[in-house]
Amino acid sequence: MGPSGFTQQQENNNQETVTEAEKGHDLFNDLKSRFLSFKKNKYMGNLEHFQNLAQVQLPKFMVIACGDSRVCPSNILGFQPGEAFMIRNVANLVTPFENGPTETNAALEFAVTTLRVENILVIGHSCCGGIRALMSMQDDASGSLLESWVVAGKNARIKTETAASGLDFDQQCRHCEKESLNHSLLNLLTYPWIEERVSKGELLIHGGYYDFIECSFEKWTLDYLKMKTEGTDMLVVKDRMVWC
Amino acid sequence: MSTASINGCYLSSFSASKTSLTTPTLRPTTISARLATPPPPSSSSSSIPSLIQNRPVFAAPTPLVPTLGELQTTAEARAVQVKAQVGTPISEGIASSEAVERIKAGFIYFKREKYEKNPALYGELAKGQSPKFMVFACSDSRVCPSHVLDFQPGEAFVVRNVANLVPPYCQTRYSGVGAAIEYAVLHLKVSNIVVIGHSACGGIKGLMSIPDNGAVPTTDFIEDWVKIGLPAKARVKAVHGSAPFPELCTHCETEAVNVSLGNLLTYPFVREGLVNQTLALKGGYYDFVKGSFELWGLQFGLSSAFSV
Repeated sequence: MGPSGFTQQQENNNQETVTEAEKGHDLFNDLKSRFLSFKKNKYMGNLEHFQNLAQVQLPKFMVIACGDSRVCPSNILGFQPGEAFMIRNVANLVTPFENGPTETNAALEFAVTTLRVENILVIGHSCCGGIRALMSMQDDASGSLLESWVVAGKNARIKTETAASGLDFDQQCRHCEKESLNHSLLNLLTYPWIEERVSKGELLIHGGYYDFIECSFEKWTLDYLKMKTEGTDMLVVKDRMVWC
Repeated sequence: MSTASINGCYLSSFSASKTSLTTPTLRPTTISARLATPPPPSSSSSSIPSLIQNRPVFAAPTPLVPTLGELQTTAEARAVQVKAQVGTPISEGIASSEAVERIKAGFIYFKREKYEKNPALYGELAKGQSPKFMVFACSDSRVCPSHVLDFQPGEAFVVRNVANLVPPYCQTRYSGVGAAIEYAVLHLKVSNIVVIGHSACGGIKGLMSIPDNGAVPTTDFIEDWVKIGLPAKARVKAVHGSAPFPELCTHCETEAVNVSLGNLLTYPFVREGLVNQTLALKGGYYDFVKGSFELWGLQFGLSSAFSV
């Protein structure tokens, strides 16, 4: 590339930088107006509450939900500031204790041992891209970060393929969304400081499934007492309900 | 501002001053909304939705959707009642039904006031999502981006973890965060990644409290996770070492965002998006003590190479 070509490149870069600045300017304005909307509609109208919250948070819930833009629990379940400590990851997965550290179990440890939440709620949802990736994986080893993560739901996939072999792929994915959710509930009990509090009745574990096609929410609670009295490792639930 | 040169390419990061409010130019801008004199408290109102549907419903009292103020006093009253009975199976029933009633009321309100009033939007969302934003925010119950930045369903793919940290690329150790970034950038094709820190962050405080003597961690996973922010702690101590502890924590809350922005650059598809200008990175800081929000950008580019 000769000198003239280099100069041309420079001019193009300058124009691109200006466009980039315009885009950046719009973005700054967008986020600014979003924050000011929150401040006007929520913060200023509840100033005392927010000032109290600034001192300490005492959420009753720890929520584990998917990062999907459609399923934020603050929107669909109406959690207000201060109510729910929240982890959001791909496919709302909870890995077992023996798998080692993840961001999810670091948050769990903080919520359970420091904040002493009373409820853990794991929320799955319809059309989950992460679960779809799990169901589509060809083999365990992969170059993709996505597959390296969702492979943690492998057992749910195996169970789904056995139980739902007659269904089409979409229906199998739907089955796996709930199966994986139940596996995550069981994985919660592999954490000693969780099981201890559950056994004392100080902590409840719930599963929730949000279907945004028909707009329904299904909820169930892990029945620890029954699991112990029956001496089973399999999930036993109670208080199942559907809101629609 | 720091600059590094790698094989003829330049890497620049900017952090905007917290106190200036400048007209946006090519350099990043700070936008602060300071807390003004509080207005008189507005009167609270509650609406009592009635349930009208042609399907059998779970028999329960008509749910109220309380305002924040009512929720606070109600929660306090109930907390007293529930805590007095903790430890017995009966209390489990009371606590469970209260928690369940809370989320049930929230869902019914969402369905009636949002979902059913916006059928076009939710019909589209049922088919797919195309958010423009990926947001990293803390798990702290007070900083949900759906509130603070008014994100509606479909607008932002959100990752929340302790201290809103982004670790460097590592397929074995940090596949969870990596999966989220990969999904957002390559599958959803978001155009912006925003990392938002906040005031009074327990995770950052935990990071700053880790003793320097290399003692065995007292937690199973928390310390291991927040140590991602160690470069931020080191910088804050080097620059502000003699400041009181709470002030060091405040500085670290912002510095950790910058560390996370830097770590985002270790993901090849993020770098590619920045070079192609299909992706932008932003840092944010929500101060819920003052009621302010700050925003800044990371500029990254690779200049033309020439060979000799």
